[in-house]
Formats: sequence, structure tokens, C-alpha cells
Amino acid sequence: MSRPGRDDAPDRLYTLTGGRTRSGSDTPFDLVTLVVAECDPVVGMQSEHAAILRMCERPTAVVEIAAELNLPVSITRVLLSDLLSTGRVSARHPHTTVPSGLPDPDILEQVLVGLRNL
Amino acid sequence: MDSVTSDARAPLSASADNGLKIVIVGGFGVGKTTLVRSVSEIRPLNTEETMTQAGEAVDDISEVRGKSATTVAFDFGRITLDTHNILYLFGAPGQERFWFLWDRLFSGTLGAIVLVDTRRIDESWYAIDRLEHHGTPFIVACNDFGGPPHTPAQIREALDLDPHVPLLDCDARSRESSKQVLITLVEHLQSHYARHGATAAEGALQSPEPAL
Repeated sequence: MSRPGRDDAPDRLYTLTGGRTRSGSDTPFDLVTLVVAECDPVVGMQSEHAAILRMCERPTAVVEIAAELNLPVSITRVLLSDLLSTGRVSARHPHTTVPSGLPDPDILEQVLVGLRNL
Repeated sequence: MDSVTSDARAPLSASADNGLKIVIVGGFGVGKTTLVRSVSEIRPLNTEETMTQAGEAVDDISEVRGKSATTVAFDFGRITLDTHNILYLFGAPGQERFWFLWDRLFSGTLGAIVLVDTRRIDESWYAIDRLEHHGTPFIVACNDFGGPPHTPAQIREALDLDPHVPLLDCDARSRESSKQVLITLVEHLQSHYARHGATAAEGALQSPEPAL
């Protein structure tokens, strides 16, 4: 049996999250939630947390963070929850629907205008 | 001022506050990543989600130990629409195991584009079935691979497509053509939800409160 690559072993990934696997249902990070750092990295901080803070000086989507860190989305969500719960990042969640649950017509119009201007 | 490196990330504007999703679904080699690349402002990136063989995203480390874990990878690109709205385009594999992750990854998506190779139409059946099941509005775009021409009627019949669902040809390598595919989807979403809105308004007319 060949030795699995470093990034192929899911168990290893969970050492990054201290074995925790759920990011808490009260903080649902969407793939496209935009994350913004609220502080600078500090000495002694977990390297992934520090990397996220550097990456999020400007708004950065969860999926971009996952790609940059080369980590699965679910692991990235756990790391982000840590930072959110300690106030080190803020989260701008997508707002695409009106209260009825249907997509906001204003947003669809803005998307159309943006695409036509490409 | 900014130093330019070959792999520099293009940061978003500080005012960006609304991420939006559109998913491009299609079989292997149908041109999903090509389409994303044609319109994306960043080089398409790749990321992944891990799930157990039972088809569930990993929530519990004991599941990973008990069953071997599988990874589903997907590509994405990005379009800054204006100072607030950022559109993310996801190229998603249409294979069966992927659909177990749909709700986790793509709930709240505006809509989907089913990218079809007309030489392999049958590979799109499953994706269309799943999108209908999830209630995700979609359009069908046939990527031009220079195969024998089919009439739109033939393709509609082969896909058993609802007459409301737009069908168009495209060249995923072309920015203009790919842009037109996206515009067609969003116009379809507008009319799709206008019909839904009309249904809701009819309901309101029957209520004691006068509509309008």
C-alpha cells in the first residue's frame, strides 16, 4: 500500500481544528460569505488562523479561503468559526432573497446590469 | 505602487458585501472550466469538500475513521458585478456522488447552467433530473464541439425539456458567448420568478385583504 500524500489524509486535517468537526449552526458560513479580518495576526496564533487574517484584509469568500489554504470547505468553516467567535473576523453573509424566500428582483436586476457591463 | 507577481490574488473592493452563486453543471470534458475561465476575473481556482462514502459531508471524525472518505473537487471563478455584488461561478461535476453535496455547497444558488455536449446528450439527463428535484431554475447551453448539427427541437426532445427552459448554443472559449449564456440565465430567472410572483399575487387576490 502506498503512503498517502500529506493532504490526502482527512484525519490530519482535523488536527487543525482540535478534532472539532462542526462549525456551529448559529454561524452558517456560505461558500460565498465574504470574510473580513478585524485584527492583525498575533504571535503564537495558529498558522491557519494567521493566514486567514492576512488573506482577509479585504473581503474574501469562504471558497477562496479554502482554495488558498488548500483545505476542504468544511474544515475551513471550522477555522472561520473560531475567528468569528473571538471577534477576529466579521462575516458578510449573502442576501439574495426577499422575506417570501424568492430571489430579490432588485438583486437579479443588478446582476443583469453587471453582466451586460462586462 | 502594488508589486505585481505572477500569482497575485486580486483583492475585492472593501465595499463588497454580497456574494452570489451560479453553478455550471456538466459531464467531464464538456467545457465547464473553459466557460468559467472565459468570464472570470481570476484564474479559476479549485477546491474540494470531503465526504464519507455514505455520501455525507464530513461532520464527525468518527465517520471518517469508520468509512473511508472521498473528496469531491470543483472549480470556481469570480466576477465583480458592482461595488457590492460579487458573482461566483462554480463548475460542478454532474456525477451522482456530487449531488449529495448540493444542499451543503449550493443552497441559495441563483440558478444553474447545464452545459451539454450534443454528441453525449444522455450524460445531461441526470443533472437535469436533479436540478428539477432541487427546484433550482436552470437553462441549457450546448457547447459547440463541431459535432453533427441538431435542431433545437431535437435537443429539447432528447432532453425532455420543459418548454419554459431556455436552450441556446455557445462557445465556452468565447468571453462574449459565455457572457451571453449568463445573461440568458439571469433573464430566465427574472421571468421564472415573475411567474412565481404572479402565482403568489393570485393567491393574495383571494385573501380578504385587497391586493394592490
